[in-house]
Amino acid sequence: MTINITMAVTLAGLYSIGFYLLMQRSLMRVILGIVVLGHGANLFLQVAGGPPGEPTFVGTAVIEAMVDPLPQALALTAIVITFALTTFLLALSYRSWALLGHDEVQDDVEDRRVAAAERAAREREDEAAEAEVGESERVAGFEAPEAPEAGPGQTDEEAGIR
Amino acid sequence: MSFLVALPVLLPLLAAALSLVAGRSPMVQRTLGVVVLTVIAVVAGVLLVEADSAGPVVLKLGGYGPPFGITLVADRLASLLLLVSALVTLAVLIFSVGQRITDFGRRAASTTFHPMYLMLCAGVSLAYLTADLFNLFVAFEIMLASSYVLITRRVTARRVRASMTYVIVSLTSSLLFITMIALVYTATGTVNLAALPEKIAGLPPGVQSSLALLIVIVFGIKAALVPLHFWLPDSYPTAPAPITAVFAALLTKVGVYALIRTQTLVFVHTDSWAVLLVVALLTMIVGALGAIAQNDLNRMLSFLLVSHIGYMLFGLALFTVIGLAGVILYVVHHITVQAALFLVSGLVTRHTGTVSLQAMSGVAKAYPVVAVLFAVPALSLAGIPPLSGFVAKIALLQAGTDVGTPVALAVTAGAVVTSLLTLYAVTKIWAGVFWGKPALPEPDPDPNDDVTVGTGSTSGAMLGATGGLVVVSVLIAVFAGPLAAMSERAANDLLHDEGYRSAVLGQEGR
Repeated sequence: MTINITMAVTLAGLYSIGFYLLMQRSLMRVILGIVVLGHGANLFLQVAGGPPGEPTFVGTAVIEAMVDPLPQALALTAIVITFALTTFLLALSYRSWALLGHDEVQDDVEDRRVAAAERAAREREDEAAEAEVGESERVAGFEAPEAPEAGPGQTDEEAGIR
Repeated sequence: MSFLVALPVLLPLLAAALSLVAGRSPMVQRTLGVVVLTVIAVVAGVLLVEADSAGPVVLKLGGYGPPFGITLVADRLASLLLLVSALVTLAVLIFSVGQRITDFGRRAASTTFHPMYLMLCAGVSLAYLTADLFNLFVAFEIMLASSYVLITRRVTARRVRASMTYVIVSLTSSLLFITMIALVYTATGTVNLAALPEKIAGLPPGVQSSLALLIVIVFGIKAALVPLHFWLPDSYPTAPAPITAVFAALLTKVGVYALIRTQTLVFVHTDSWAVLLVVALLTMIVGALGAIAQNDLNRMLSFLLVSHIGYMLFGLALFTVIGLAGVILYVVHHITVQAALFLVSGLVTRHTGTVSLQAMSGVAKAYPVVAVLFAVPALSLAGIPPLSGFVAKIALLQAGTDVGTPVALAVTAGAVVTSLLTLYAVTKIWAGVFWGKPALPEPDPDPNDDVTVGTGSTSGAMLGATGGLVVVSVLIAVFAGPLAAMSERAANDLLHDEGYRSAVLGQEGR
């Protein structure tokens, strides 16, 4: 099957704009991305039926000249569904704006908390490791009288290098 | 006989409309929901017996024949999953009605919940039964649109962010679904699942594998495969317990079912599929490790859900009869167990008033029944014999070693490790939540905070519904023999799909 080059370029444009907008931080742009992507997908479904032809009414044209009606029926259904869901999305985004007072898509709070806990645990581990190093040096330098000062001093130096 | 196939879709749709009209009389809504779901369970049972003894039951909608009309087919796999889903949705509905009555009294109406819940059930049934790719899209949309409403009911500032993520990710995957249908139609000129295999086989191999991959991505987002899983642990835990339970049990499994159906029927895979095997391994390991890192009970269960989707992919990716039989057993086991675990988590949070594992302790002493209800599905999830998870896992592991390629063996090893990690995760929950001295219930100072949620009492209906699911999961283990034989026959149907295709494409349905 051949496909119209104008349609192919339009589809490529709609899909790339849609996905680009989806990547944005602002909720309004994300929703516009969904809308543009939806147009792209529905247009694609239309184009899947092949080149334009005569309307599909019995007796008005020969069957060979008629356009394939199935993708049109599919596209119509898909348009209704995307339309309804876009309306729902707009209502939800209005609620989100009313509740939060801004339209920025935020990070997951619990994700952040888990990541922060992990970072804290790693820092604690590092501190514990450092303390251990200090202790072993203190044990090693037990014969030398000025060892207690040397231990922490060295760890400080190490920290400086780090 | 064939009219029965339409009932699981038609009844909940009509009941949803009635339920919306009867919005002011909660008793009518509740009775309607329970009766309709019970009828669906009975119909699914009849269909299962019929499909098992005499082949797929077919209904051509509106009398239009293939390839133009839409056909509904109840074969062994579809009717088995329909039966399990109907039982789980029924249990969750009873739980939810019990919770509502406990919280707000017998006369409190909830206008949107019942109609939307029935719509969700209609979408799930249609997804199982349809033999048409575009109709499958419509089924997904019915299911997802009602799930959007359910997850955003009485939304708070914290929950609106999570539900927004859920809605946008699902919408994006739906748009990719339309794209996939357009590509399939451009390449083949049909969307009938039974007519597709012949057409697809004639395409160049490059086009074939790109279509197969696009289908994996589309259904992979719904089924939450790693790395497409990120939205699930984010959004599911924020919904109320019964809604999370039904989402976790059904929505991801419908994605898995669509993957199984398309990859076995539409595309021909003679060997195991290495790409899907690697994805399965990643899903298992990432999910299990993610679960261990969590402190929120519901998030932990959500990560475990992601992890166990990996097992189903593993069995599917092998493309052997025993592998697919393992997947079917696993799906049946996982639907019941996961729903039971989320319902128990709902009971636990109502007693303790928090979802934080650190803040909870001693539930076993204070509420021993809840502890038992948790222990059985949790051990089953980890695959401890003789529970249902063990039966399903042993089939999958055996299938993996039977195939014996290096990748398959590596994933089999990964499956064993994941099983141990799951055991560790549920032990962590057990130690945190159920052992120790009973802690005082946390007060709820900030209603917008999702961690401390406030306590509530529980009722017999809630305990009974959860207990019913646990009993079903035990029954799966008790009847593992007949069920495994049934799964094997269903898996055989999937790999040798002439029966399905001739039933759908044949001139007269039964």
